[in-house]
Amino acid sequence: MAEHTGLGLTELQRLALAAIEHAPDLAGLDQVRVRYLGKSGELTALLKQLGRLPADERPAAGQRINQVKDAVQSAIEARRADLEANALAARLGSERIDVSLPGRGRTPGGLHPVTRAMRRIERLFANAGFAVAEGPEVEDVYHNFEALNIPEHHPARAMHDTFYFDAERLLRTHTSPVQIRVMETQAPPIKVIAPGRVYRCDSDLTHTPMFHQVEGLLVDEQVSFADLKGVLYDFLRNFFERELALRFRPSYFPFTEPSAEVDIQCVICGGSGCRVCKQTGWLEVLGCGMVYPQVFRHVGIDPDRFLGYAFGMGVERLAMLRYGIDDIRLNFDNDLKYLRQFA
Amino acid sequence: MQFSEAWLREWVNPPVDTRQLTDQLSMAGLEVDAVTPAAPDFSGVRIGWVQSVESHPNAEKLRVCQVDLGEGEPLQIICGAPNVAAGMKVPVATIGAILPGDFKIKKAKLRGVESAGMICSAKELGLAETSDGILPLPDDAPVGEDIRAWMALDDACIAVDLTPDRGDCLSIAGLAREVAVINRAPLASPANEPVVSTHTQGIGVRLQAPAACPRYVCRVIRGIDPRATTPWWMQERLRRGGIRAISPVVDVTNYVLLELGQPMHGFDLDRLDGDIRVRMAEPGEPIDLLNGEEATLRPDTLVIADGRGPVALAGIMGGARTAVGPQTTNVLLESAFFAPMAISGKSRTYGLHTESSHRFERGVDPWLQTRAIERATRLLIAIVGGEPGPIVEAVADAELPRRPALRLREARIAQVLGLSLPASTIQDILERLGMQVESLEDGWSVTPPSSRFDVLEEVDLIADIGRIHGYDRIPISHAGAAMVTRAPPETDFDLDRARMCLVDRGFHEVITYSFVSPELQTLVDPDQTPLRLANPLSAELSVMRTSLWPGLLQTARYNQSRQQERVRIFESGLRFGNGPEGLSQTPGLAGLITGTVDPEQWGMSGRGADFFDLKADVEAILALTGAPDRFRFVPNSHPALHPGQAASIQCEGVAVGLIGMLHPSLAARLDLIGDTYLFELDLAPLSLGALPRYQPISRFPSIRRDIAILVDADVSYAAIADCVRSAATDLLRDLVLFDVYTGRNIESGRKSLALGLILQASSQTLIDDVIEATVGRVIGRLTTELGARLRD
Repeated sequence: MAEHTGLGLTELQRLALAAIEHAPDLAGLDQVRVRYLGKSGELTALLKQLGRLPADERPAAGQRINQVKDAVQSAIEARRADLEANALAARLGSERIDVSLPGRGRTPGGLHPVTRAMRRIERLFANAGFAVAEGPEVEDVYHNFEALNIPEHHPARAMHDTFYFDAERLLRTHTSPVQIRVMETQAPPIKVIAPGRVYRCDSDLTHTPMFHQVEGLLVDEQVSFADLKGVLYDFLRNFFERELALRFRPSYFPFTEPSAEVDIQCVICGGSGCRVCKQTGWLEVLGCGMVYPQVFRHVGIDPDRFLGYAFGMGVERLAMLRYGIDDIRLNFDNDLKYLRQFA
Repeated sequence: MQFSEAWLREWVNPPVDTRQLTDQLSMAGLEVDAVTPAAPDFSGVRIGWVQSVESHPNAEKLRVCQVDLGEGEPLQIICGAPNVAAGMKVPVATIGAILPGDFKIKKAKLRGVESAGMICSAKELGLAETSDGILPLPDDAPVGEDIRAWMALDDACIAVDLTPDRGDCLSIAGLAREVAVINRAPLASPANEPVVSTHTQGIGVRLQAPAACPRYVCRVIRGIDPRATTPWWMQERLRRGGIRAISPVVDVTNYVLLELGQPMHGFDLDRLDGDIRVRMAEPGEPIDLLNGEEATLRPDTLVIADGRGPVALAGIMGGARTAVGPQTTNVLLESAFFAPMAISGKSRTYGLHTESSHRFERGVDPWLQTRAIERATRLLIAIVGGEPGPIVEAVADAELPRRPALRLREARIAQVLGLSLPASTIQDILERLGMQVESLEDGWSVTPPSSRFDVLEEVDLIADIGRIHGYDRIPISHAGAAMVTRAPPETDFDLDRARMCLVDRGFHEVITYSFVSPELQTLVDPDQTPLRLANPLSAELSVMRTSLWPGLLQTARYNQSRQQERVRIFESGLRFGNGPEGLSQTPGLAGLITGTVDPEQWGMSGRGADFFDLKADVEAILALTGAPDRFRFVPNSHPALHPGQAASIQCEGVAVGLIGMLHPSLAARLDLIGDTYLFELDLAPLSLGALPRYQPISRFPSIRRDIAILVDADVSYAAIADCVRSAATDLLRDLVLFDVYTGRNIESGRKSLALGLILQASSQTLIDDVIEATVGRVIGRLTTELGARLRD
């Protein structure tokens, strides 16, 4: 019996190992496992028959069967690992794709270039502590003109090309009336910008009847023209992301004094002269000044105690310079082929 | 204002070139707009004397001229101009001359006769837009001399774009003073000795509106030569100042206007009837003006009148009846001060804008009139002769504007400019500007010159000091002011975030005009009467939008007609309601989609966008409010929308927006291709104040039960969802609608919905009994309330 068992076991092991080696796939391997190691597998059956052996033979026989079982077991594991690796490799091979195909789904749209520039302006001033204020676009004559020291028949009023609804109501010609509205409702210190649409009765190659401005206003007890220069230097250099020469040219606005137009070194030609800067090397980008005392009196702020500065800029102008746009009218055609360029 | 640089340099001649001079002017607030040469480049043109003129043997219109150039034999030149005559002095382009446009003069034969040059017209020399013939030169023109040098053509015409406060610089005198101040250069004005009158004839002047005209100066000049012509140098200075020469009297008044800034007028004395009255017009009074037009006057208009009626719109334009003409021999020169308030805005209301009104509106020095009339008299009699009478001056002294002394605090200058200047510098700048300066304890008392209408307050003086010292020399400060933090509330609807949400969902932002065509506005929103502009640019842009849809629809059409079939656009901005309760200006956000839901690509169907695609976009925006559950889409009808595919978007019962498919008949009218879907949201009600509120996360597992029900087709999903939520109580964590089906195997008029109920309790694992009871309750309620039947 023992002799038979021993010979039988060796043969059994050989057969099992051969079957394992030839198992074609994981399912086949599992069949082999069941045949030898399953509940009624051949090795399992041998172990069950151990009880029939004399007691003194049992340990040696048991040890021998278990050795074979372990060998079969580990051969199965090794084969399983091989087969799994092969299967994975085959799957990976079959799943190869053309990674250069375009991605699927929806592509994002984009902001209008004017909004894009406006957001940048707002963020730069927000960093400097300016809050955003808003005002109506259908304005009254008082806020658009009179409170800003532009009385009826003042030549400055004629320069504004105003759209009217009636004797009292108009489309605001600038964002400056928001200055008045803010000062009417807030006590100093005031530090705001007012972005928005403005309207002028003017339409040609370089003018559209609607455009955008950003107004700025700061009112406090100690503010000077030097501070105004500082805030605008910072803004313009950050907006264009380069060192720029600036010049403050004396000018006139009825609601500021001293007043200045601010020119930047031409961002197209770098100051050597080109079509955009009309060969001057300079580009006018904004107007500014110290709040005129009469404006403070209109809103009940004591001009002896408070000083203020104000500035206003055309957003289209800045956007066009920044993005190289050469025709302001493109902004309001809203051609998708144009808009996509700013996404 | 435009002027000759050489003329300015007669008054003040600092050692700077043209470029430096124009930079100085710009940086002093007198912006130089353009610098153009007085004449284009040309060379080789000399002054010739036409000795004789004979007809051309072979050409009827040509003449053969012998022209003396002051050296030996005269030149034979063929000329076609009708005005060429023997004895004339003319500009001659000799062989080798180069005329404007790089036109070289060569020896030529014209119809068989040799020509050794060309006699030039003003146009050919670039001195005029048009010419009737060759340019006749004055008799004293030196024969043989180069015309460029003799006419001083190497000069620049400088155009300054003056701001309305600087009326004092609308003259050579005013600009010269500024240039002198900037350069610390001496200022020379032409000698202006009073003219001695040779007779005593004057004229009565009645100041009947003394506030509007507090000073009226005039003078009679008798016996002028009506055939005299204006000398070329004066014509040239006028031309370089942008003013056309007309006749000696007009030219002299214009010359003085350019030189001193005093607008003047000349009347034909013999056509005046009685005293001069300076008065307000009678309502409806007519006047025939110099420009050939007739004006009907309003009583707010100041006129110069005689015994028969108005003879001039004061300070704006003279009348035709008393105009100086070719027969005029006796002249009345006027040099008056009209108050800016009396002239402001008037010329515009009569459709006139003149060099004169431009100056009076901005303020003419009220002490300039006598000086100007002396200057004009001297210039005029030098041209046309005549006998000057005494100066007649009517003054309402109390009404003359006076510049009050202003207190200027030294400390205030530093405070405003952010720059401390020595007191001596400040005083020096003010004095050079012609201000009277007296020292006070803390500064000065400063009286500006009578020409400076813009200096009204202390800060105007400070601005002048900054301007002359140089804005570029004011330091840059970052001291700033107190930081004021005024951030918007956290729960305010964030438009910027909503824009980015739409952008990320494939929308492009557009910006359209706030005024739209009334037709489109009415099609989109027929129930509103839009606010109408009184002076629109065109009918297409004449009413204020009450909705953002007209602009979006127009943009969609614009792009569709440019091969863009898939359009996804949005806009934000104000809508202008014009209801019975008055004007409202409310911010809104609106979008439009048409074409396929996704851009054309491989591996996807290219399905056309529909209502629910846009609804998902809207829901994404509403999610940004922090409380998307408060919004409902309620079936609605709107004139611009498909009646079966339109909804009012409501927040707790209040309408906050619209969504729907553009009505097919409207789409057809607008030539839009394919189905178009639109939404519009009011922004203000989207600030719900909903801050996130933390809820403990249940540790217990959730379970899902799916049910499929059949209901009548007109039962809304909203009703079903409400019913499920109410029946499932707070165990329902989520409700998923995963199928909606009609068609095969579903009886007509019914629809099948497949719902997934996700249930979870916060304090225990749900046991089967509770789950079954809950699902049973849901099905029961759906059955009794909505006639639903469980599908097998």
